[in-house]
Amino acid sequence: MSALLQAKGLIQQYSTAKTFLGKTSTMRAVDGINLTVREGEILGIVGESGSGKSTLGRLLLGLESPFKGKILYRGHPMPEPRTAAWRKLRAEMQLIFQDPLSALDRRLTVSAQIGEPLEIHGLAAGSERAERVAELIAKVGLRQDQAGSYPHELSGGQRQRVVIARALASNPRFLVCDEPVSALDVSIQAQVVNLLRDLQDREGLTMVFISHDLKVVRNICDRVAVMYLGRIVEEASSDALFSDPRHPYTRALVSSVPKIGAGLHGRIILQGEPPNPAARPSGCAFHPRCRFADADCAATIPELERHDGRLAACRKLRHTLRPAA
Amino acid sequence: MPFVSVRDLKVAFDGVQVLHGIDLDIGRGEAVGLVGESGCGKSVTWLAALGLLPGKAKVSGSVTVDGQELIGASPRRIEAVRGAKIAMIFQDPSSALNPVHRVGRQICENLRLHRGLRGDAARAEAIRLMDIVGIPSANTRFDLYPHEFSGGQCQRVLIAMALAGAPDLLIADEPTTALDATIQAQILDLLSNLRRQTGMAMVFISHDLGAVSTVCDRAAVMYAGRIIEANDISQLFAAPRHPYTRGLFDAIPYLDAGRARLSLIPGTVPDPRHLPQGCAFAPRCARAGDLCRDYQPELKEQAGTGLTACFHPIPTGSASRQEVFA
Ligand SMILES: Nc1ncnc2c1ncn2[C@@H]1O[C@H](COP(=O)(O)OP(=O)(O)OP(=O)(O)O)[C@@H](O)[C@H]1O
Ligand SMILES: Nc1ncnc2c1ncn2[C@@H]1O[C@H](COP(=O)(O)OP(=O)(O)OP(=O)(O)O)[C@@H](O)[C@H]1O
Ligand code: SF4
Ligand SMILES: [Mg+2]
Ligand SMILES: [Mg+2]
Repeated sequence: MSALLQAKGLIQQYSTAKTFLGKTSTMRAVDGINLTVREGEILGIVGESGSGKSTLGRLLLGLESPFKGKILYRGHPMPEPRTAAWRKLRAEMQLIFQDPLSALDRRLTVSAQIGEPLEIHGLAAGSERAERVAELIAKVGLRQDQAGSYPHELSGGQRQRVVIARALASNPRFLVCDEPVSALDVSIQAQVVNLLRDLQDREGLTMVFISHDLKVVRNICDRVAVMYLGRIVEEASSDALFSDPRHPYTRALVSSVPKIGAGLHGRIILQGEPPNPAARPSGCAFHPRCRFADADCAATIPELERHDGRLAACRKLRHTLRPAA
Repeated sequence: MPFVSVRDLKVAFDGVQVLHGIDLDIGRGEAVGLVGESGCGKSVTWLAALGLLPGKAKVSGSVTVDGQELIGASPRRIEAVRGAKIAMIFQDPSSALNPVHRVGRQICENLRLHRGLRGDAARAEAIRLMDIVGIPSANTRFDLYPHEFSGGQCQRVLIAMALAGAPDLLIADEPTTALDATIQAQILDLLSNLRRQTGMAMVFISHDLGAVSTVCDRAAVMYAGRIIEANDISQLFAAPRHPYTRGLFDAIPYLDAGRARLSLIPGTVPDPRHLPQGCAFAPRCARAGDLCRDYQPELKEQAGTGLTACFHPIPTGSASRQEVFA
């Protein structure tokens, strides 16, 4: 599979609003990411809340420009936001937002929301547009009688499906899904997941799938990258990552998935403060919470490198944590 | 008398009925899960109970908290009960936070309203609350605006705000969906501990059945505006009796199941304007018979296995995927 998208040395930093004392500070939401998204694959991004997943998603779509580093789409540099070249790419690249209410226009009905991209990009008009909208409404499991409803008249999960239908309207080639299914009941979730997989199989749609629901990620993704405090700490095929997580953070994460009937037992509950991007720990950012950390870990930032054919960023993998051969 | 008692609660919007009579009791300190199809009325049930629906909503029935009736009560009465006893974590974090106010100030406002804390005392307590819900370096982030927080951080701020009032009843609508598994485990742990320490009762609305089974004593399953099954957590998950509950459980993906295609319930939920005459699930149900199509099954006790609204419940002995815990 060839690369559809390549991120090289991506860094994004924000300066925070002034405090009452008039101070501002900068923090790195994304801190040096190299990542390749291959044509036709579904790449999962998981990790700590606040680790920069949504920021990375916006960067990959070119919705904001990185502070440093670059993104190549089909081998060409991503155009600057709001230029003509950038606008041309919009129909091809879509985002499914984490927060449906802020992604929808309160004054538009469901059918108008879904039809809007078709209008903006001049893709369909009149009865053809109406037909396409009806088809999308059915695809995401909404009822045709909801076409005239406004966002505030819908339940949380219904709104999320409007956002999904809208993103699919322009037949995108690349989709970033930011928590697309967490507001849906498991049956509708299964329907949407199966729909996205069909789009991958039949139309070769490429996706970056950001989610906290590891069971869904396990099911839909070919490959998964795990983020911690702005960096990728492990990257592997979905099979390998979940059956045999290597990085200590990934291990804690995979062990925390709630299992029906198991209560809170068997989980590695992480100790210590969740990390703060404005005050990054030295060395491996995970070391203050890591069971295996030693002085070395606090001193040097581990690179994402190969250990037995697996990409992980942990100094302990070389010796202490070597898996049984 | 139970702490919270919901009786025959009905809600209609523009003449279309979306809640068809909900009955539910919650004891002091009890945690009850509410699960079910998206759009079945889980949020509306509690918005109606707390008088938070828009004026066009027609609400009837009864909701009492500690013996005080909320339905039809004056906004001032409701506000008094709600302020003193009940906190709600709303499903949409961004709409519940005010984008133009600093986050810390919004928490302090709740502390002032509910506990009369001001100034440094309020600030210290707000920071402590941000701390226990896992917001890193709370004291430096106190003065930031909501857009400077990630999705999951906003959700944790809402949890902190809800806990600020030290409520007797916490209604948590999808409180952990935007959180990663490790923080989620931490929050579920926190909620369980709080319940033990303070005897807080909780309604936990979630699509994450694993999370529901972790923190709740009991759960009710809703479909098309009705409760169709209710039982103890362990019994419900071990032996779901209603065909919809069973379909829901079968749709859960499993960590070790690889990329197997997900199973789903065929068909779509009925249009509330044109509900089937009999059981609302009948058009999608593999067990449906003539009785189901003509009559509405009532929610009633099934021999030793909780409440089910079904004419042909699944026999208790039949193997379900839930018995082979993933
Ligand atoms: N516009 C902004 N201004 C300042 N800080 C920001 C801004 N956007 C994000 N951040 C900060 O950047 C960090 C990463 O945020 P991001 O939304 O990418 O996290 P995330 O991994 O998507 O988290 P979640 O899983 O909770 O959605 C967070 O600490 C957040 O507070
Ligand atoms: N203000 C409103 N006007 C009209 N209809 C509404 C309004 N609010 C909710 N509804 C309808 O009431 C029904 C129940 O909505 P509710 O938000 O309770 O669903 P829910 O069970 O919480 O779903 P989800 O899991 O998706 O959040 C839905 O069909 C919704 O479309
Ligand atoms: S009452 Fe009949 S139609 Fe309804 S769930 Fe039970 S078996 Fe199915
Ligand atoms: Mg996010
Ligand atoms: Mg809801």
